[in-house]
Amino acid sequence: MSASAREVVEQVDAAHRECWSTVLASTVRLTRDLDLAEDCTQDAFVQALRTWPDGIPRNPGGWLTTVARRLALDRLRRETNLRRKLPLLIEEPSAGEDDEQPTDPLRLVFTCCHPALARQAQVALTLRLICGLSTPEVAAGLLISEPTAAARITRAKKKIAAAGIPYRIPADEELPARLDVVLTVVHLVYTAGHVAAGPDLTRADLTGRAIELARMLVRLMPAEPEPQALLGLLLMTQARGDARLSDDGELVLLADQDRTRWDARMLAEGVARATGALRRGQGRFALQAAVAGLHVTAPSWEKTDWHQVVRMYDAMLLSWPSPIVALNRAAAHSLVPGADLAAVLAELDALGNEPALRSYAYLPAARADVLARLDRADEAAAAYDEAVALTANEAEQRFLRRRRNALPVAAAGD
Amino acid sequence: MTQYMFLLYDSEDYDNISAEEWERQMKLHGEFSAAVEAAGARVFGGEALQRSSTASTVRQGSGEPLVTDGPFIETKEALGGFYLIEAKDLDQALELAKLVPAGNVEVRPLMDTSEGAGPPA
Repeated sequence: MSASAREVVEQVDAAHRECWSTVLASTVRLTRDLDLAEDCTQDAFVQALRTWPDGIPRNPGGWLTTVARRLALDRLRRETNLRRKLPLLIEEPSAGEDDEQPTDPLRLVFTCCHPALARQAQVALTLRLICGLSTPEVAAGLLISEPTAAARITRAKKKIAAAGIPYRIPADEELPARLDVVLTVVHLVYTAGHVAAGPDLTRADLTGRAIELARMLVRLMPAEPEPQALLGLLLMTQARGDARLSDDGELVLLADQDRTRWDARMLAEGVARATGALRRGQGRFALQAAVAGLHVTAPSWEKTDWHQVVRMYDAMLLSWPSPIVALNRAAAHSLVPGADLAAVLAELDALGNEPALRSYAYLPAARADVLARLDRADEAAAAYDEAVALTANEAEQRFLRRRRNALPVAAAGD
Repeated sequence: MTQYMFLLYDSEDYDNISAEEWERQMKLHGEFSAAVEAAGARVFGGEALQRSSTASTVRQGSGEPLVTDGPFIETKEALGGFYLIEAKDLDQALELAKLVPAGNVEVRPLMDTSEGAGPPA
């Protein structure tokens, strides 16, 4: 049965979101060559656009995997240096050339997060290879320039190939040490999807992929508290997803969200996982999940236990100091009843010197909020403008402009 | 299998090294080689180097090559020796590098320059 051009484009688009990493990971398992696997995965999607008008396959992911792996084998056989590459073909496809293994994406994650790669390269590579993000999207997600993102990805791929970084899930005894990096990267993937660049507020493919990866890690390491904590954190964030947007598609802050619109089942699972993780340790994600838990179990924004939230951030700063944590701490501090807002503003101003926050929209947005509450409307307006210029997300931009235009002094809007 | 060079960097402060200490060091290197074989990897080369003050450097720039004394290092640790290792992958190479009796070990994959090999990745 033939399909309309529009239907084909939609299906290929959906497959790209849902199947990219499994197709790529399965092809990498065959070729052990990231660049070749990536090219062939890309080509498989191009072939889908050409072939699917004659009929969309019932299992698009399987179809794409078969095509990508066949393309890869053809190219390997054609290459003049075949002899050099043959030993790398550890697993010749046997029964079914299109077989996918459920742990393939996880293997690819551990490869991307190998400790011999720089942390920044690990994250960029995971976004590119596991999530199929384009280089501009990777750059936007990591607050870096496009050439920097491209260079990081290229260098990391070259090192994986030249240094022989293996494509496997680490052995049991190595897992804990390798885990923290992976969790950080999965969290960053979620964040990149949670506030995506472009017209849509979120990219469900990224958030969904991150949650799926977190679940995989929990299954793989049931005794480790941190994967549980990360999964709990992601679920609690995800459960609030619908309430983040108003009926007319505008961004609604946690403070103003209709709590009855939160996904109760997802929240319950998130809280349970976070609580379980906290009982077994106070790792980085356990503390973050604790903050999320304080938010979702509070009867209202105002009645959130802000003292406790600040204490959790203090604990985080002690073990894992980072400018972003300091920013969150300052924002929570500003909400403690009777907080010294001038002191909070000084905290935020000091963070302005942090290179990592220089292009981070939340810093001027937080400053704007505190300035507005200090009745310094002109400065607040300038800070909102700064924040608008820094975010690539249109819903966020509209939200920030609304806040700016609601300031008491009639500062000229745009 | 991939081939790696282990570059052994260490302090050169061995002016008054005793015969016993020398023997102990050699024994440690012997144990390292045995561990490599036991892991199913292979040592296919390796030497210890005389101290860096015995080195000469030929500087090739524009014009005549210039011969000068020593390498130009500011750090306390100097290249003191190397191993050539064939290992399954980087993970195995790094595990083996942890067993080398030296201060710091740089693990570097070798480049394939055989006929038919392309330019480096």
